[in-house]
Amino acid sequence: MERDWKSELDELLKDFGTRQRDTIPVLHEVQRHFDHIPPAALPAIARRLRVSESELYGVLSFYKAFSLRPKDAHTISVCMGTACHVRGGDRIVEELEKVLGVPAGKSTPDGMFTLETVNCLGCCAIGPVLVLDGVTHARITPAAARDIVGRIRTGEKPA
Amino acid sequence: MTRLQHPGHLEDWRKRLLEETTSIRRTIVVTAGTCGRAGGALEIRDALQAEIDRLGAGDKVELLVTGCHGFCEMEPSVVVQPEGIFYGRLKPADAEAVVKQTGLAGKVVERLTFEIPSTGRRIARMDQIPFYKKQMRLVSEANLKVDPERIEDYIRIGGYRGLAKGLFDMTSEGVIEEVKASGLRGRGGAGFPTAVKWELCRKASGHPKYVVCNADEGDPGAYMDRSLLEGNPHAVIEGMILGAYAMGSAEGFIYVRGEYPLAVKNVERAISQARVCGLLGQNILGSEFHFDLQVVQGAGAFVSGEETAMMASIEGRKAFPRQRPPFPSESGLWGKPTNINNVETWANVPIVLDRGSARFASVGTEKSKGTKIFSLVGQIRNTGLVEVPMGISLREIIEDIGGGVPEGRTLKAVQTGGPSGGCIPASALDLRIDFESLAKAGSIMGSGGMIVLDDRTCIVDLARYYLHFLEEESCGKCVPCRAGTRRMSELLKRMTSGLAEEGDLARLESLALTVKTASLCGLGQTAANPVLSTVAHFREEYEIHIREKRCPAGVCRDLVSPPSARPAGKKERP
Repeated sequence: MERDWKSELDELLKDFGTRQRDTIPVLHEVQRHFDHIPPAALPAIARRLRVSESELYGVLSFYKAFSLRPKDAHTISVCMGTACHVRGGDRIVEELEKVLGVPAGKSTPDGMFTLETVNCLGCCAIGPVLVLDGVTHARITPAAARDIVGRIRTGEKPA
Repeated sequence: MTRLQHPGHLEDWRKRLLEETTSIRRTIVVTAGTCGRAGGALEIRDALQAEIDRLGAGDKVELLVTGCHGFCEMEPSVVVQPEGIFYGRLKPADAEAVVKQTGLAGKVVERLTFEIPSTGRRIARMDQIPFYKKQMRLVSEANLKVDPERIEDYIRIGGYRGLAKGLFDMTSEGVIEEVKASGLRGRGGAGFPTAVKWELCRKASGHPKYVVCNADEGDPGAYMDRSLLEGNPHAVIEGMILGAYAMGSAEGFIYVRGEYPLAVKNVERAISQARVCGLLGQNILGSEFHFDLQVVQGAGAFVSGEETAMMASIEGRKAFPRQRPPFPSESGLWGKPTNINNVETWANVPIVLDRGSARFASVGTEKSKGTKIFSLVGQIRNTGLVEVPMGISLREIIEDIGGGVPEGRTLKAVQTGGPSGGCIPASALDLRIDFESLAKAGSIMGSGGMIVLDDRTCIVDLARYYLHFLEEESCGKCVPCRAGTRRMSELLKRMTSGLAEEGDLARLESLALTVKTASLCGLGQTAANPVLSTVAHFREEYEIHIREKRCPAGVCRDLVSPPSARPAGKKERP
C-alpha cells in the first residue's frame, strides 16, 4: 500500500500553519524529522501549503539547507569564513578532499562521509574550524583533519 | 513568571528581584556562547558545579551561565563577580582553584590571570585588561549579567523599563522623536537614520504593517548579531516592540540565520517568556497595544540578508531580491508597509528609550552616534567582539584593544564590511571609525566585520576568495551579477594560478564597474568593492602576479612552487 504522507505530515506538522508563508518553517521541520525531505512527500507538502509542486521544488532547491537525499553517517562541514580562510581554511578542505577522495559537496561512495563547506560559523577566534556531526572542532590543521577522519574510520571516538 | 497587567507590576517585580536576600557572596560567570562552547565552556561549567557541590559551597558561590562577552581568544573563560576577576583559557582541572580560592576566599589565582604577552605582566581585573579598557560596552555589557534563559535576569538589570516608558509616557510619534534625537543609525550596513525609516513606515498608507529583525548575519567574519541574540535576546525583542508601537504594527518577524542554532533556541525561548509575562501578545503591560513576534529560520542563502530578498523568504518564496523603489516602508511584506532593522539596531532602541536620547547622543561623532560592535578577527592577537564609541581610530582598535598582529609580523591592511566592503591599508590606520569616513576610505561600516591582515596575506588571493564567495551566493536573478561575479572570479583565479595575461587587470576593473552599476541589489552593486578597493591600494601586488607570475606573500601555491613540483592534473577548486 502507498504510504499515507498526508496523515503522517498532518500529525508531524500539527503546530504549523498551512499557508505559503509557512513554507520554510515546514521544510525545516520535515527535514529535522526525516533527516532529509523525502521526494515522495512533496505532493502532500505542496497541497498542504497550497502551492504548486514546482514552486515548492524551486524553493527547496534554492536554499542550501534543504536536501532531498538522506544524510550520510557522518557530516564534516569546513568553515570557509574569511577569518578561517586567512588562517588556512582552504588547506583543510583540500586535505579532506584528498583523504576522502571526493570533492567538497559530495559524499563518499561507501555512504560514510559527506564533506561540506559552510560560509562562516562565527567562531572566528578559534579558526580554522570544522564541524563534525554538530560538534565544533577548533584550530584545525590539515594533520588534525586527517586524524579526525582516521579515527572515525577505525571506530575510535574523535578527540 | 506572572502576567504583568500594569507597568507598575513590572517595577514591583524588579524591586522584588533586587531585594531578594541571598547568602551568595560571589558569582562565577561562565561565558557560553557558540565559540565558548566550542572551546569547552560547558565542560568548565560542569567542573565548577561539581567543585561547588563537593565543597558544599552552594550557599556562598553561584554559577551564572551567560552568552559571549567578546574575548573569544581567551575562551573558555570565567569572570568572578563582584570583583571582576577574569580567568581565560581555563581547563576543567582549574575548577578547584577557581571555586576554592577565588569563589570562597576572594583571592586571585595568579597563574590563571591574563598575561600581557610583551611584558609578562599579569592582570586580574577584567576592566584593566587592555582588550576591555578602551571599549564602551553599552549594548554588549548585559551579556555578562544575564542568563539568556531567564527573563528575570533581564528584568533585574532594567529590562523592559524603556518599553514601559514608551508605551505609557509617550505617544508613538514621541518615540520616533526620541529615536530621532538620539541620532541612531542602522547598524546593518548603510547607516540610514533609524527614525527616518520608522517615520516613512508610520506615515505609509496600508494596513497591516510589519516589523522585521534582520538576523541573517551572512558576512563571513561578523558575528556580533549572533552574540547579541544568543546572550541577550530580550533586548532585541524589547526594541522591536517599541518600534512596532512607534509605527503601528501588530506583527513582527525575526529572521535568524539557519547556521545559528543556539541563537534560534534562545530567541524562541525568550519570545515565549515575554508572551507569558504579557510583554508580547494582546494588551501589552495592560495597554491598548497588541504585538506578537515569530521566528523564521533562514535556510542557507547569503542573499536573504538583502531586505527585499528576506521579505520574499518570509513569504515562503525563493530569496530573490527585487528592484527598489518601492521601498519596504511603502510596499514590503505582502505589499504592506514594512520596516526592517538589524539586530544591533534593535538592541540599541531600549537603551535610547531607557537612558534618554541626550545621553545616547553624547557618545560618538557629529553624524554617527553611540557605539558600534566590531568583530576583530584574522591575524590579530586578541580576537573577539569589541564595542567602541563611534569616532575611535582604527589604530586604537587594532593596536590597543586587539594587541596588534602576531609577534614578528607587520600589519598589511584591515578589511571591513564583509564581501561588500573593502580594504583599508596599514598607512591609513589613523582613520576615525564612523559611517562617513569609512565610506570615504573606499570601504563601508557594513555589519562590523573587521578582518586584520598581516604580511602573510595575499591581497589578490583575498579578492579571489570574496569573488568566489559572491559568485556562489549570487541568486542568479540579474545578469550583471550572475555572469559578472563569475567572470571576475575567473579572472582572479587566473591571476592567482599564473595564467593571467597582460590586460587582465584592466578587464577586471572595467567589469567591476559594470557589475557595480548594473546589478539589481546590494549584493551585486557592492560585489566590485573587494576588487576596486584592493586595486586602488595594492595595484603593484596584482601586477606582480600577472607579469612576474609571483606571489610576494607566498600564498598562491601555483606561483610559489617550481612548475615541476606542481601536482599534475590538480583538481579545479577555486
